[in-house]
Amino acid sequence: MSSENDADAPDTPPFLFAPWRRQILRGRNGLIASVSSSVAIVMAVIAILFWTPGGTTFRFYFLNPHFMWLALRGDPAHAVNSVLGGIVTNIWIFLLCEVLVLVFALLIAWVRISVSPLLFPFRILATVYTDIFRGIPFILVIYMVGFGLPFLGLGFLSTQSPAVYACIALTLTYSAYVAEVYRAGLHSVPHGQILAARSLGLTQYATMRRVILPQGVRTVIPPLLNDFISLQKDTALASLLGVIETVRAAQIGTDSYFNASALTMSALLFLVMTIPMTRFTDHLIEKDREKRLAGAQ
Amino acid sequence: MSDAVLKMTSVVKRFDHHEVLRDVSLTLHRHEVVCLIGASGSGKSTLLRCANLLETINGGDIELFGQSLLDPRIDPDLVRRHMGTVFQSFNLFPHLSVLDNVALGPVRALKRPLNDVREEAMALLARIGLQDRAGEFPDRLSGGQQQRVAIVRSLAMRPSLLLLDEVTSALDPTLVGEVLDLLSDLAKSGTTMLIATHEMNFAREVAHQVVFLDQGVLVEQGSPEEIFDHPQHDATRAFLGRVR
Repeated sequence: MSSENDADAPDTPPFLFAPWRRQILRGRNGLIASVSSSVAIVMAVIAILFWTPGGTTFRFYFLNPHFMWLALRGDPAHAVNSVLGGIVTNIWIFLLCEVLVLVFALLIAWVRISVSPLLFPFRILATVYTDIFRGIPFILVIYMVGFGLPFLGLGFLSTQSPAVYACIALTLTYSAYVAEVYRAGLHSVPHGQILAARSLGLTQYATMRRVILPQGVRTVIPPLLNDFISLQKDTALASLLGVIETVRAAQIGTDSYFNASALTMSALLFLVMTIPMTRFTDHLIEKDREKRLAGAQ
Repeated sequence: MSDAVLKMTSVVKRFDHHEVLRDVSLTLHRHEVVCLIGASGSGKSTLLRCANLLETINGGDIELFGQSLLDPRIDPDLVRRHMGTVFQSFNLFPHLSVLDNVALGPVRALKRPLNDVREEAMALLARIGLQDRAGEFPDRLSGGQQQRVAIVRSLAMRPSLLLLDEVTSALDPTLVGEVLDLLSDLAKSGTTMLIATHEMNFAREVAHQVVFLDQGVLVEQGSPEEIFDHPQHDATRAFLGRVR
């Protein structure tokens, strides 16, 4: 009490409690809080669907189980295609394009970071290519490919089905994006790795193939998957060329019944297709983060 | 002498207008260990990188077994297969197991059969006591173990000489010993080595020749006794005074 060091000490014990708003979120209260906030949000969505002035119309027009079922299974009597049958088209377009993009984009990225004088014109070409196809809206690319290629009279290239043109357009556009993702990955490999490989007498090609590529691609797997999720969805744009995939089928159903529940069904099918992939991507990102945190210790 | 492995004559290296090596001449004979000493930035690392053609020189000549490496017909990849290089930061390949790190060069550069190479790589790993860790990835090993694997990786190429660039500088002090012991063993078994180092006691022990570089100039060269006990130049004395 008499010491000078005690001069600043408060007479009463200091007030060290958190504000009550944060106190109620602790321990078991935290669980209650998260449950009740979730319930509140679900209630809000239900309230919008059921109590808004247009709620009934909306539910009838978009969430009608009868028409959703008809769309799912198809209705040959009314010439309505099944959206489930349609999504099969989306899936094969996606799978084909995925493989083509993975290979083609890697080739472009490889050419772009190569240093060989022999590849100089290809380097320029690859740069121009990525600039063009990242810069043009995909809807224009698909029209130009789908309606343009047949005009060219290029033998078999001009006599394909619309689905094939959609694949070509998707591959052209997505390769430009994915090539940049690859390139970022290849550039992220530390320079010491290249020095070590070249010092062992590995050629430029062997260095790329055995050292840079395996490391570079591994780091960009999550962003690559991200691009493939959007590729899955963009297969819907094949409908612009008249391909009867799920969205086109849903449009036909909508026009036939004057009811848009088929569109909702189609959206649900897309979710079934994309959600596993998004979850898997998140899982990989999380694993990668944990690995990097462990490495930082 | 006829048994010169590596001969550098009046080598000049510039980065932009900054001269990093000025007129450096150096000969490395068979079974000889030469230690490069000097402050950071004196040009030791650059000298090694010029020797294995990771840098192109601006003047002078480099010969390997009497063949000038400036000859336009030279393939740098073939040259590097005769020179093992070990880096300060190990630079092991993190995506390959320890065994595959050692085997990569012989298999992919020399195109030797995988089974032979693996057997030989295991023998090399046994030599450094790491045969049990052959299947693990490099990041599971300590720094000292990683650096020893890196040394063995370059030995797997059966090089004519080793270039070692401050191979203990990135290590925990407690791990320096195991790496230097390995290098001493290699020196005793007659490995030709050019070693840039800050470890003066090690240089005194294993080097046949010690070379002191200061700001890109080869100031003094001689036996360890000459350089460490009777340095002739002020710069050498000043440097040795600082590191002691």
